[in-house]
Amino acid sequence: MMPVVTPEISTQHNTERLMTSNQMAWFRFTRNPSAVIGAVMVLSVVLAAIFAPILSPSPQSAGSFVDFAHRHHAPSIDFWFGTDNVGRDIFSRVIYGYRVSLSLVVGVLGVAVPFGVVLGLMAGYFAGRTEFVIMRFTDVMLAIPPLAMALAITAVLSPSLINAMIAITMLWWTWHTRLIYRIVKAQMSEDYIEAAKVAGASHAHIMFKELLPNCVSAISVKISLDAGFVILFGATLSFLGLGVHPPTPDLGTMVSTGSEYLPEFWWEAMMPGLAILYAILGFNLLGDGLRDMMDVEV
Amino acid sequence: MLFYLAKRAISLLLVLLGLAILIFVIARIVPGDPARIALGPLATATQVFEMRQEMGLDDPFVVQLWNYLYGLAHGDLGKSFLTSRPVMHDIMQALPATFELVLFTIVLQVILSIPLGVVAAIYRDTWVDNVSRIVSLIGVVTPGFVLAIILQLVASYKLQFFPVTGRIDQGLGYSAAHSGLLLVDSIIDQRWDVFGDALRHILLPSIALAAGGIGQVMRITRSSMIEVSGRDFIEASRANGIPERVVQFRYMLRIACIAPLTILGLEFASLIGNAFVVEFVFSWPGIASYGVRTILQKDLNAVIGVVLVSGVFFIIANLTIDTILGFIDPRNRLREDSK
Repeated sequence: MMPVVTPEISTQHNTERLMTSNQMAWFRFTRNPSAVIGAVMVLSVVLAAIFAPILSPSPQSAGSFVDFAHRHHAPSIDFWFGTDNVGRDIFSRVIYGYRVSLSLVVGVLGVAVPFGVVLGLMAGYFAGRTEFVIMRFTDVMLAIPPLAMALAITAVLSPSLINAMIAITMLWWTWHTRLIYRIVKAQMSEDYIEAAKVAGASHAHIMFKELLPNCVSAISVKISLDAGFVILFGATLSFLGLGVHPPTPDLGTMVSTGSEYLPEFWWEAMMPGLAILYAILGFNLLGDGLRDMMDVEV
Repeated sequence: MLFYLAKRAISLLLVLLGLAILIFVIARIVPGDPARIALGPLATATQVFEMRQEMGLDDPFVVQLWNYLYGLAHGDLGKSFLTSRPVMHDIMQALPATFELVLFTIVLQVILSIPLGVVAAIYRDTWVDNVSRIVSLIGVVTPGFVLAIILQLVASYKLQFFPVTGRIDQGLGYSAAHSGLLLVDSIIDQRWDVFGDALRHILLPSIALAAGGIGQVMRITRSSMIEVSGRDFIEASRANGIPERVVQFRYMLRIACIAPLTILGLEFASLIGNAFVVEFVFSWPGIASYGVRTILQKDLNAVIGVVLVSGVFFIIANLTIDTILGFIDPRNRLREDSK
């Protein structure tokens, strides 16, 4: 007997009907093991970044500290992730590296999300010429390979953390514009929008008080998924030598420097590499979990 | 069908034009004098002045833009300050290596991800599905350069089976003369030793490049297979006694592969981007290595050229996907034709 593919059966639990929507969302979230694991991973990264000076065994390793007596030490009890080519503790540098990564996330999404959301609201709400101009411009921006564009921007602006942030931000808003545009377009024919118009509500009121609340869950899922990819993007830029500069402990730069000592001192590239992987995985699991919980398409 | 494709091609050309203008504007509005940047800090004021004349930087902006677009239409991307050769020439030299890598990666993605997604859908919620879920998640979240280094470490250094870097063993003394693609040309010339060597070189970089897309496309194939399986015409085919394998692969897959193919087209953009990193790790002599080198040297003409060429790549890929989709799903082209 051949296995037969059957349609997905909705697994609405009976108990869900007795709960408020918040309780139901929390119920679904906690019943989703990958979401919980993701949340714990993200929390650990954020806490490590905040309490880096307390948690790191050797805070001076974050700077241009040199200890040639301990260079190229393999991972051990004293040095959990080993030491690098000038004897700095890689574990401490990874923790401080998360600070850099997370500030990149906050900087990029803090600008790109509001910008993209407002443009998406405008494109969806004002049909016609506004819609055409905004969406065609978004299409052009989306046609540019993101990394190639970021490389070009950091190249002309000279490499640094701030410029990497600018480069990523310039490309990131497009995804939010597209997402919000799609949601708004679907909402425009709903009765409540018609009602608001008839009641004489201003454009701003309809966009920000009526439409925006309907986009919030999609935006928050997208932000969680984005955070991982911004970290990846920033790490990739610094890996190529176009992002954060030494001695700032950045994960991408650490992988790049460490890869010069392959295969003998493998931990020097591998540990920061796995640290990047850990952070991205955490944000991704969390984002997927939130998506299931809020039941939105992103 | 032709009308549909022509329409797509025109809209993509417009996107390309927009891209060209955008990049030019960005390159001109950034602070700093491009002539000064090109010549370096040691150049004298006269040299900078002459360079400005040569580059036409003192012309009105619209004239500069027009000259640039005019050159572009004739395949002229200006001169590279790094190599002092035309940028077009440099790019054309590096392009086959990248093209081969990207093409091979896409083939790898299609032949691995779609069948694996189908298998995951057929054996839904069994251990097969769970393993595929974990594998695809790891593929999606692993940064290209980390995976590249892991592969290098394990397959090249530890197992000694794959070469660490490069595109071909220089000792073979082979140069691809027909298409520039080593794998194709070596078959034409019946040089099987070259073919094998090129294959061993390309495998690791393309796996590192393909992993993210494979994971994503696999999951999408799975979910669209499951979605399609509930449709009436599938039930009808089953009820008519058509063998399950035939239903799955001939009827369901045809509909279900539309979404993954669209995603593959979109993936292409990130593929080119990631090629920068993977080529960097494996010292692959492609356009990305050239791009990174020129970026670090602030060679603006070359940087614009590289970004543009990758944009063209992306647009061609999308057009190809649109063509394939037009054949698979007639609704796509009919909807456009009837407008």
